[in-house]
Amino acid sequence: MRIALAATCIADAMFPQAPRAVVTLLERLGHEVVFPAGQACCGQMHVNTGYLADAVPVVQNHVRTFAPVTDGEWDAVVVPSGSCTGSIRHQQAMVLERAGLHSEARAAAAVAERTYEFSELLVDVLGVTDVGAWFPHRVTYHPTCHSLRMLGVGDKPERLLRAVEGLELVPLAEAEGCCGFGGTFALKNADTSEAMLQDKVATVVDTGAEVLTAGDWSCLMHINGGLSRGGTGVRPMHLAEILASTRESPTVPSGPGSDSVRTGTEVAR
Amino acid sequence: MSTFLGMPSARTGRGPSPSAAPDTLAGVGRPEDPLHWGASFPDAAKAALDNDQLRRNLGKATSTIRTKRARVVDEVPDWEALRDTGSAVKTDVMARLPELLEELERNVTARGGVVHWARDAAEANRIVASLVREKETDEVVKVKSMATQEIGLNEALAEEGIAAVETDLAELIVQLADDMPSHILVPAIHRNRTEIRDIFLERMADAPPDLTDVPRELAMAARAHLRRKFLSAKVAISGANFAVADTGTLAVVESEGNGRMCLTLPETLITVMGIEKLVPTFDDLEVFLQLLPRSSTGERMNPYTSMWTGVTPGDGPQEFHLVLLDNGRTKVLADEAGRSALNCIRCSACLNVCPVYERVGGHAYGSVYPGPIGAILTPQLTGEQSDLPYASTLCGACYEVCPVKIDIPSILVELRAREVSLTAGSSGDTADRVWSAAMKAASFAMADGARFRRAARVPRLLRAISRNGVIKRLPFPGSLWTRSRDLMEPPKQTFRDWWAGREEQR
Repeated sequence: MRIALAATCIADAMFPQAPRAVVTLLERLGHEVVFPAGQACCGQMHVNTGYLADAVPVVQNHVRTFAPVTDGEWDAVVVPSGSCTGSIRHQQAMVLERAGLHSEARAAAAVAERTYEFSELLVDVLGVTDVGAWFPHRVTYHPTCHSLRMLGVGDKPERLLRAVEGLELVPLAEAEGCCGFGGTFALKNADTSEAMLQDKVATVVDTGAEVLTAGDWSCLMHINGGLSRGGTGVRPMHLAEILASTRESPTVPSGPGSDSVRTGTEVAR
Repeated sequence: MSTFLGMPSARTGRGPSPSAAPDTLAGVGRPEDPLHWGASFPDAAKAALDNDQLRRNLGKATSTIRTKRARVVDEVPDWEALRDTGSAVKTDVMARLPELLEELERNVTARGGVVHWARDAAEANRIVASLVREKETDEVVKVKSMATQEIGLNEALAEEGIAAVETDLAELIVQLADDMPSHILVPAIHRNRTEIRDIFLERMADAPPDLTDVPRELAMAARAHLRRKFLSAKVAISGANFAVADTGTLAVVESEGNGRMCLTLPETLITVMGIEKLVPTFDDLEVFLQLLPRSSTGERMNPYTSMWTGVTPGDGPQEFHLVLLDNGRTKVLADEAGRSALNCIRCSACLNVCPVYERVGGHAYGSVYPGPIGAILTPQLTGEQSDLPYASTLCGACYEVCPVKIDIPSILVELRAREVSLTAGSSGDTADRVWSAAMKAASFAMADGARFRRAARVPRLLRAISRNGVIKRLPFPGSLWTRSRDLMEPPKQTFRDWWAGREEQR
């Protein structure tokens, strides 16, 4: 398949290891990955903070950039983020509709129909759960709220993780509880956000896992903020980074800085 | 409706506790406006988070009820179909509200009841006070009711020299402590049993002096106290869970039996009901009497379901008044994006699963309607600016459990948009202007790939202040993040710069 990658603004700027791992994995599975250079952001931050008018040009840019998927230029769009996929699927058309941009709203809905969160693409579209990964570490998985409830990815990420050779998946208590990030909530209601974060950090530490994984770097950034401040030594990794790891080019969870995490991609080059 | 959750115990254990100073018992007081009181949400939340006892009480109670609910919902094979039906019936009610209300009025009147229409809280309170005065009594008994909490009826009656006695156990605790409810279903959820024992000893004249904090003893003390009130009251005041348009039947769903006492013993019954509480036909109750108990108390069926239709000679109250309360509801109904908030049947499932409510409790919301439903209902009822739409991470747990499928996260986003346009219209305070400027700048940078390519390189500058790959301190507003969380240092190279380099090498 020819798959267009929507890297997400936060991963592009802050956590490039996740979209790089998506590229590595999809190419390993024999697919062609395209990165449309016009992309920037899905608009979620503006929408969820209530700045709908400011979201319009951001959403328009996303829809314009990925519109070729509706003409068969690419077979699908993949997004390594549950919340960005959720925004694309459930908010973009609404934002354009409210701005009176009816035909663009229809275009947004059409793009959204062909847009998949990373684990959805693998399991539902490509039909794989065993991607031939090797990752000999103790891992716990946090199901992010929007993956879980907005998209309904269910146990797809866990099925992918269980198929990874050498990986020990340990269950996370109160896994479905929000980590307290909530985008600008973390700043507007910092005290409440911190109380939620402390509880999440405690349950992660209790697992004894070496690595915390999730399908969304924004939530991982938040939980890792607490894990790192607490000196816990637990490393955050996106699901894609684990699935990209193989015996030939293993991903090594070392940290704390992102550049010190060697990705399979780098080794492959 | 109220339920027993297994009261959380305090560290002090049983027996009289001389250490409990009266000021720890005092509630938050009764506010002027039950829909808007107290500090801002972030400030009130901070105070609540600092109260360890409160957090333990809330954590225990909400997790108990969450577990109970999940168990009894999972055993219903057609739960999702029930939710769909509940949502459809309520949506239909809102679409036909004027005609259904008139149908209800006709049927209540035909069966010997009297219907009153109240535009707002003040008018509803005036109507009830004058009805009570006509009966020449200075004490009324009350069934737990959110509508009368919303309009501050007890305070309005007190000004007229009429004492309203709450007969729901938890509402009684709240009333005795001069407090406000902190939960729709479990109004005293913020209290543990030791606090309740102390409140009874200090504020309930006929409490046994050797009262302990054993739940059964507490319940028996309240029971004895209330029994005297039931037998002497001439007038009862209730809310309603449902009103059936095609029969004129009212329904109250409860756990303790105090409601049944109030609804049957006094000569006169006055029911105050929000106009959204309608269902079209008697058969529709079948759906809601399955949805409500399982969603609220986590029971298959609630112990007491009372229904009455007008007046029945020789049986129960011989005078029945129904006060239909608007108080902002038609304004909510007129709003296409927000009107489904009126579908709420006050089960409070959304409170019990909300990670924000669980930690800060109900008082932080500054409204008798706290939690996720309160965050969308309160600002719509008042029409005022509010920080409640931001009191959520949009995690979606509320929507998942709502028995009438109110899409609370989407309405929160709509209300945030309304807040932004309200602040844009006024001069706004500094924080609003900073947010607005930041969002404008971000919008510009994020609406074009070439512009974002440059913008995405900016975080790299932070590498200058990172140590061992970690940033521990940032200036304001980044300090709101780094005061409790580290930030990983940004990468040397953005994804798209890496991609461009790879493409060149090909």
